[in-house]
Amino acid sequence: MAKTSLTHEFTKGILKENPVLCLLLGTCPTLAVTTSASNAVGMGVAATLVLASSNAVISLLRKAIPDSVRIPAYITVIAGFVTIVQLLIKAYLPAVDESLGIFLPLIVVNCIMLGRAEMFANKNSILPSILDGLGMGVGFTAALLCMGIVRELFGTGNVFGNTLLPESIFTPITIFILPAGGFFVFGMLIALANRLQKGRLRGKDFGCENCAMASACQKSGNCKEGAEAV
Amino acid sequence: MTEKLYVSSSPHFRGKNSTARIMGNVLIALIPAVVAGTILFGWRVLLIVAFCNVSCVLLEYLCRKVMKRENTIGDLSAMVTGTLLALSLPVTIPLALAFFGCAVAIVVAKQFFGGLGQNFINPAVTGRVAMAVSFPSQMTDWSLLNGALDAVTAATPRAPDGQWTYLDLFLGNVNGSVGETCKIAILAGFVYLTVRRVINPIIPVLYVGSVAALSPLFGQDPLFEVLSGGLLFVAVFMATDYVTSPLSMKGKAIYAVGLGVITILIRVYASLPECVSFAVMLMNILTPHIDRLTVPKPFGASA
Repeated sequence: MAKTSLTHEFTKGILKENPVLCLLLGTCPTLAVTTSASNAVGMGVAATLVLASSNAVISLLRKAIPDSVRIPAYITVIAGFVTIVQLLIKAYLPAVDESLGIFLPLIVVNCIMLGRAEMFANKNSILPSILDGLGMGVGFTAALLCMGIVRELFGTGNVFGNTLLPESIFTPITIFILPAGGFFVFGMLIALANRLQKGRLRGKDFGCENCAMASACQKSGNCKEGAEAV
Repeated sequence: MTEKLYVSSSPHFRGKNSTARIMGNVLIALIPAVVAGTILFGWRVLLIVAFCNVSCVLLEYLCRKVMKRENTIGDLSAMVTGTLLALSLPVTIPLALAFFGCAVAIVVAKQFFGGLGQNFINPAVTGRVAMAVSFPSQMTDWSLLNGALDAVTAATPRAPDGQWTYLDLFLGNVNGSVGETCKIAILAGFVYLTVRRVINPIIPVLYVGSVAALSPLFGQDPLFEVLSGGLLFVAVFMATDYVTSPLSMKGKAIYAVGLGVITILIRVYASLPECVSFAVMLMNILTPHIDRLTVPKPFGASA
């Protein structure tokens, strides 16, 4: 496989096919753990590790896993890696484990892991799969970090626990660290990501080859312009 | 015959009503509440109203500019939102926090969804709820700033230890948000809007009526439930918002009774100070569904 294409497998997850902002996968942890920037990074890194390793193993096993039971097989592989990551975090970073709580084991059922296994790793060889997992993980972490910084800054005046806006000049806007504020920030970031995308893609570029969902789309290559996505 | 005759499609006769005219009438109807608030709470009320108006109009102008859309500040709807929001704040509110409320109302609730007519939720109510959730202590800092007493902090009548009489409640001689306490001023606005046919009285009447009718069932004093809190203010000025209330009479009735039920449930079972605002938000969200279920049957159509 050519080098440019490998780079593409890595970089597509960062903006063009950003799992959170363009594919809208993994919304639940995105809203739940981004009340602070450090939580967001912890979640992002844990998910990236799981994503890269599970993609690698699923890619290796793609010919061995029967099609009819592939989902349970993927989940088992993912659950194994989540357990490893969770035990490592419990042992070495107990504070992160404390603040992420249930959302760490819930990576098992995170749509991004299953989505990448189904969309990418079961059709591609190991190297692109690892790069895809890493790229998606970086995109996930970046989106979480953006949300975490915005929400922590406006909700508490801090970023990574350091006070940027002292209470004497700024009244913390509590709604940013509440679930409702999470949805506000999420919506605005999606709008921003769309805006950035459309700055690069113009007119006819909105075909299947530029569609974020193309790799999972049954009708890939056959859908008519302007038709509802299936 | 040099002059050409144009035949245009209907309508050939147009009423004089326009958005600006309707919004202007709402602003006129709000004047008594602003005056009463100023008398009861002091000059700072005027400052808050002016500040919220300027902020809302400015934000609307900037939003339309950035989004490259036609400018709409001339329709006065931003001023109505600003005035309503200002009147639902406590008199002690810091102006920076009021600005946040204006930003949520105009930018998030209104312009993000496409501007006036596209917003699924009342902007002023959204701004107030966002502020109440974000700044719980500043939004319940009830200081009475009238006359000789410089700043007396007292509980509102809805607090468990609040002191009140029915006359105080009616005249507005109690603590609360600046525009919602004086019921006479609100009723004056209601009568004006009804006479000018800006609002249909069915929503406020049924809303307040259902609260009064339901309160004995929950062991509450009906007169107190009607006169306390922001019920009348919200019922007259916010629940009647054209954009976010149902179109048909049947729909309006369902909407108003729904508001009453949610209000009384929140007042009795929840410890929130925002019962009427949340009731309006929830029913705003249901409005498209109510509209779909209550499409009026055209005359002569078969069932």
